[in-house]
Amino acid sequence: MLADKDRIFTNIYGWGDAGLKGAQARGDWDNTKAILARGHDDIVEEMKTSGLRGRGGAGFPTGLKWSFMPKEVGARPHYLVVNADESEPGTCKDRDIIRHEPHKLIEGCLVAGFAMRAHTAYIYIRGEFFNEGKVLQAAIDEAYDAGLLGKNAAGSGWDFDVYLQRGAGAYICGEETALIESLEGKKGQPRLKPPFPAGVGLYGCPTTVNNVESIAVAPTILRRGGAWFAGLGKENNTGTKLFCISGHVNKPCNVEEEMGIPLKELIEKHAGGVRGGWDNLLAIIPGGSSTPLMPKEVCETMTMDFDALREAGTGLGTAGIIVMDKSTDIVRAIARLSYFYKHESCGQCTPCREGTGWMWRMMDRMVRGEAEIHEIETLEQVTRQVEGHTICALGDAAAWPIQGLIKHFRPEIERRIMAHQAVTNAAE
Amino acid sequence: MPKLTVDGIEVDVEDGATVLQACEEAGAEIPRFCYHERLSIAGNCRMCLVDMERAPKPIASCAMPAGEGMVISTKSERVKKAREGVMEFLLVNHPLDCPICDQGGECDLQDQAMGYGHDASRYAENKRAVSEKYMGPLIKTVMTRCIHCTRCVRFSTEVAGVTDLGAIGRGENVEITTYLEKTIASELSANVIDLCPVGALTSRPYAFVARPWELIKVESIDVMDAMGANIRIDARGNQVMRVLPRLNEDINEEWISDKARYAIDGLRRQRLDKPYLRGKDGRLHPASWDDAFTAIAARLKKTKADKMAAIAGDQIDGEAMFALKSLFDKLGSPHMDCRQDGAKLSAKTRASYLFNTTIAGIDEADTILIIGSNPRIEAPVMNARIRRNYLHGRTPIAHLGTAADLTYPVEHLGDDISVLEQLAAGKHTFAKLMKKAKKPMVIIGMGALRRADGQAVMALMHQLAETTNMVNKDWNGFNVLHHAAARVAGLDMGFVPGKGGKDVAGILDGAAKGAIDFVWLLGADELDTSRLEQAFVVYQGHHGDKGAQCADVVLPGAAWAEKDGLYVNFEGRPQMARRAAFPPGDAREDWAIIRAFSERINKTLSFDNLAELREEMVAGVPVFANLDEVVPAKWGKFGKSGKLKGEPVEAGLATFYMTCAISRASETMAECYSATKADKSVMAAE
Repeated sequence: MLADKDRIFTNIYGWGDAGLKGAQARGDWDNTKAILARGHDDIVEEMKTSGLRGRGGAGFPTGLKWSFMPKEVGARPHYLVVNADESEPGTCKDRDIIRHEPHKLIEGCLVAGFAMRAHTAYIYIRGEFFNEGKVLQAAIDEAYDAGLLGKNAAGSGWDFDVYLQRGAGAYICGEETALIESLEGKKGQPRLKPPFPAGVGLYGCPTTVNNVESIAVAPTILRRGGAWFAGLGKENNTGTKLFCISGHVNKPCNVEEEMGIPLKELIEKHAGGVRGGWDNLLAIIPGGSSTPLMPKEVCETMTMDFDALREAGTGLGTAGIIVMDKSTDIVRAIARLSYFYKHESCGQCTPCREGTGWMWRMMDRMVRGEAEIHEIETLEQVTRQVEGHTICALGDAAAWPIQGLIKHFRPEIERRIMAHQAVTNAAE
Repeated sequence: MPKLTVDGIEVDVEDGATVLQACEEAGAEIPRFCYHERLSIAGNCRMCLVDMERAPKPIASCAMPAGEGMVISTKSERVKKAREGVMEFLLVNHPLDCPICDQGGECDLQDQAMGYGHDASRYAENKRAVSEKYMGPLIKTVMTRCIHCTRCVRFSTEVAGVTDLGAIGRGENVEITTYLEKTIASELSANVIDLCPVGALTSRPYAFVARPWELIKVESIDVMDAMGANIRIDARGNQVMRVLPRLNEDINEEWISDKARYAIDGLRRQRLDKPYLRGKDGRLHPASWDDAFTAIAARLKKTKADKMAAIAGDQIDGEAMFALKSLFDKLGSPHMDCRQDGAKLSAKTRASYLFNTTIAGIDEADTILIIGSNPRIEAPVMNARIRRNYLHGRTPIAHLGTAADLTYPVEHLGDDISVLEQLAAGKHTFAKLMKKAKKPMVIIGMGALRRADGQAVMALMHQLAETTNMVNKDWNGFNVLHHAAARVAGLDMGFVPGKGGKDVAGILDGAAKGAIDFVWLLGADELDTSRLEQAFVVYQGHHGDKGAQCADVVLPGAAWAEKDGLYVNFEGRPQMARRAAFPPGDAREDWAIIRAFSERINKTLSFDNLAELREEMVAGVPVFANLDEVVPAKWGKFGKSGKLKGEPVEAGLATFYMTCAISRASETMAECYSATKADKSVMAAE
C-alpha cells in the first residue's frame, strides 16, 4: 500500500483548499523557477528517468513523447494541449484533479510546456465539466494574478499562457487529433497519422497532447526526482496512479495507489470490497469501458499495471475499474457499451461507422437471445474486421469489450439463444 | 527518391509519393473509394489497406507517405481479410438496387464488390435509409446509396471553392447534404457526379435514360467556352446522350463545366432541319436546298462585291470559317469578321490575342491581375486552376472590373478603366508588386477589349507587359481570355476585315445605312440583328436563334457535335472535335454547304472533301498542323494609344448558363438559370 509520504495528489478528495494558497501549502508552485532553470532537455531526461507512462489510456512513455518535439523552435510555435475531455465510461480521475488539485495541472502545464519549448498551453475540457471548468478557470486566473503564468511565468524568464477551452461533449474529441480538430473549431474527427502532432499538430504546428494526470504529476516528479517515482511500482510500470473504482463495490472511490497493486487488494482495501463479498464477483472491466472484461478467476491474481493486464488480453487503459457482481446482466452491460460506441462513432471511416451499428444491433439481439448460435461467430468476426482497420482507436474500443465478452462468457450467450429458441419452438 | 519493396518488387518513387502510388508503380492493384489524385487525402474508406513490415496493423496506403526501405505486401492474408471486411461494411448499409441505379455498369462499388466482396450478406438487421437531398437541377441524389467517401465535399470545397456541400451528423447518421437543400452555387458542380464512386449522386437530366454499355463514345472537344476542354460525347443512335470529361493534364485535367456537360439537350430543340426562305408574307417557309441556293445566287448576282459581308459566330469550326473566307475572297469582298462582340483584337500579332501563359502555366504564376473578365463564368475550369494557385501560394490576385466572387480572394481595384493607366505607368501599388514578381500574369477579358477604346486598352496592356517584364525568354504572362470557342481559329486564319474592309460594327452600320446589301451570318447570333433588317441576310447555322429570325434565307448547318471540326482554344492549341451524331433532317456540314453553294455561283472552291480543305487550310495557317500542341507565339507590338472612355469595365460574360444558341435552347440550362436566380432572391429576402 502506498505510503502517505509518496502520495502526489494529497487533496484529491477535496478536504483541503483547492485554491492557490492551499495548493502552495501542499507544496505546489514551490520554487518552480528552479525546475525551469534546469533547462528544457534536463526536464525531459528526468521525465524519462521517472518511467512515467501516459495516463490517458495508451500508456506511451511521457518523457519520450516530449522528446519528439523539435529541439529548435522554427517559424511555427510549439503548443502543449492538455486533454481534459475525460469521457471514458468508468473514469473520473481527471475530474477530481481539476476540482481539487487544479494548480498541480497548471504548474504541470508550465513545466511541460517549458520542456517542449511551448509558450502556450490549451486545456481542452469536457463540456459537461461545467463546474470543474469554473474551478480551473479560477485557478488559472489566480495563477496569472500571482505572476505564475503570463510574462516571465513564476519568475523563470519564460513567457507562458494557459487557455481553457470547453468541448461540446463528444467522446471522440478525447482522441488527440480529433481534439486538435475540435480546438481549431472544426468538426471533431480524428486526423490521419502520420503526420503525428509532434510534427504537424494544432494549427499545423508542433504539438504534444497529454492527459491531465500525466501533466499534473510532472511537477512533483521533477521536485522529488525521477528516481523516486521510478522506485515506486514495478519495472516499466513505475510510480503511482489514480484508480477509479466504480460499480458493485461498497465504497466507490478514486484512489492513488502504486502501480502493480493487486486488483483484489485495491478493491478490498479502498473500495470496501465487492458488494456481497469477493465471491459475489462476476467480472471486472479494468481500464475504462473500452478494455475487455476479466472474469473473477482472472481478477483473483491480477496486478494493476500496463504489462500484466496486456498479457491477460486486456489493458490498464485509464484505470477506470468497473466492478460487476453476479447480479449483473453481463450481456446487456456490454450491449450498452456497444450502444455507447455506436453513438459516439464520428462516422468518418467505414469500419467504425458501419461496424459499430452492426455490432450493437447484434448485441442487442443477443441480450434477448434472438439470434442463432453461429451468429456469435459472425459477431466475433465483425469485431475483428473493425479492430485495427480504423483511423483512430475508437473502432478498437468498440470491438474489445465484445471480444472480451465472447471470450469469457460465450456459454451465457449460447444459453440465452437456446432459451429463446426453446420458447419460440414451444410457441409454434 | 525513396526505394520500396512492394510484393517483392523494388520500386523507386518520387519524394512525397504515397504508398498507394508506389504500389501502383509496382503493378499492384489497390482498391479505393475515397482516394482521388486531385483531392486532399481523406483516408476514410479504408479500402486501400496494405501490410507494412513491422507495422502492428494494416496501413491506409493512400495516406501513408512512401518511405525509404518500406516493405509492403498487398497480397497477404491479412490484407485480403481487411479488404473483404471493409467491403462487407460498405455493403451492409448499401441498398441492393443496382438494377434501378443509374451508376450501374460504371460503379466503383459494383466493380470492387466483384473483386473483394462475399457472395452473400451476413447482415440480418434493417438497412439504413437516408432522405434525399435537393442539390439543384443537375444532381440527382439517392443518399441511401452514399458510402461517405466525402469526395464530393472535398471537390466542392477545394476545387470548386464553394462550401455548399458538407457532412452533418455522426456515426451511422452522417449525411452528405447541401445543408439548406439549395442548388450548389458552382459552375463545376456536376463534376461531383463523376467523382461519386456509387450511385448517390447521379445526373438528373440523364436519369433513367441510358445504360453505359448502350452508348457509342466519341472523344471530342467542348465549345461552350474557349478553353477547349477535352470531352467524351456519349451517343445512342443519332442522339447525344451525355458529355463526360476526358483527362487532359494541360487543359481541363478531369473537370468540365456544367454548361459543357448539360447544354447538350439544346441540341434536340429549336433545330434548323431544312432550308427556309422568307416569303412575300414576311414569314419563313420551308424550302429545298435548290430553292435556297437559287435565291441566294440571284441576290448575289445583283450585289457588288464591296456590298457583301460575312460574320462568323462563336462556335464555328475552323473548316467552315475557312470555306466561307475562301468564298468571300473569291467574291472579292473584304468585309468579314469573326469578332461578333467587337473585341479590338488584331490578327497581326498572334501573341496579342492568345492566352500565352497557357493553362498549365497558371500553376507557376506568382502574381495575377485580371482585367475585364469573370473567369469563373468565362472559363470555370481554368478559374479552378487560379484558385489552386492561390491556395498553394496565397498568390496576390487583383481584379479590375465588375466585382464578383471568383472563389478566391482578390484585391478589387474597382471598375474604373483609368486604373489601367496607373498600372501601366507603374504607379499603382499592384503594378509595383507585379514588377517585383518573377512570374507575373495578366488576364484580359473581352469586357476590356470590346469597348470602343479597346485599342487604347491593348496599348496600355502592352506597356504594362513591358514595364513589369512580363514577357521574357522563360515566361509570357500576357493573356487574353476568350469565351468564344471559334475566335482564335478565326483570328489565326484572318477571318477579319481585309484591306478597306469593315468590321462587325462597320457591317451593321453599313447594313443599316445601305452600304452593305448582303450579309452571310455563319452561326452568328450574338448581334444586334435589328440593324440588319434592310440587308439580305443568309443565316447558316443549327439553331433557330436570333440570327435565323432576321434571315431571308436559312441554311441548316450542323452543330459542333455533328461534324468533325478544328477548334483552337484560347491558348492557341488546335484540337479536333469529332462527330458523335448526324445533323437532323436536311441539315449538312457547314463547309460542305459553302462548297456546294460556291459551285452554284461558278466560284467553285478548290477542295472536294474535308481532307483537301484541311490541307489547304494548313498550308495557309501552319499552326493548325500542330494538333493538341501550343506553339509559343512571338511577342510583338500591338494596340494604339488613345484616350480612354469613361464607362466602367465589365466582365466578358454576365451570366453563365445561357450564352449561345445551344445553351439557350437547353431546358436544363434554363432550369439552372432560374434555380440560381431563385436562390439569390431567397437569399436577398432573408
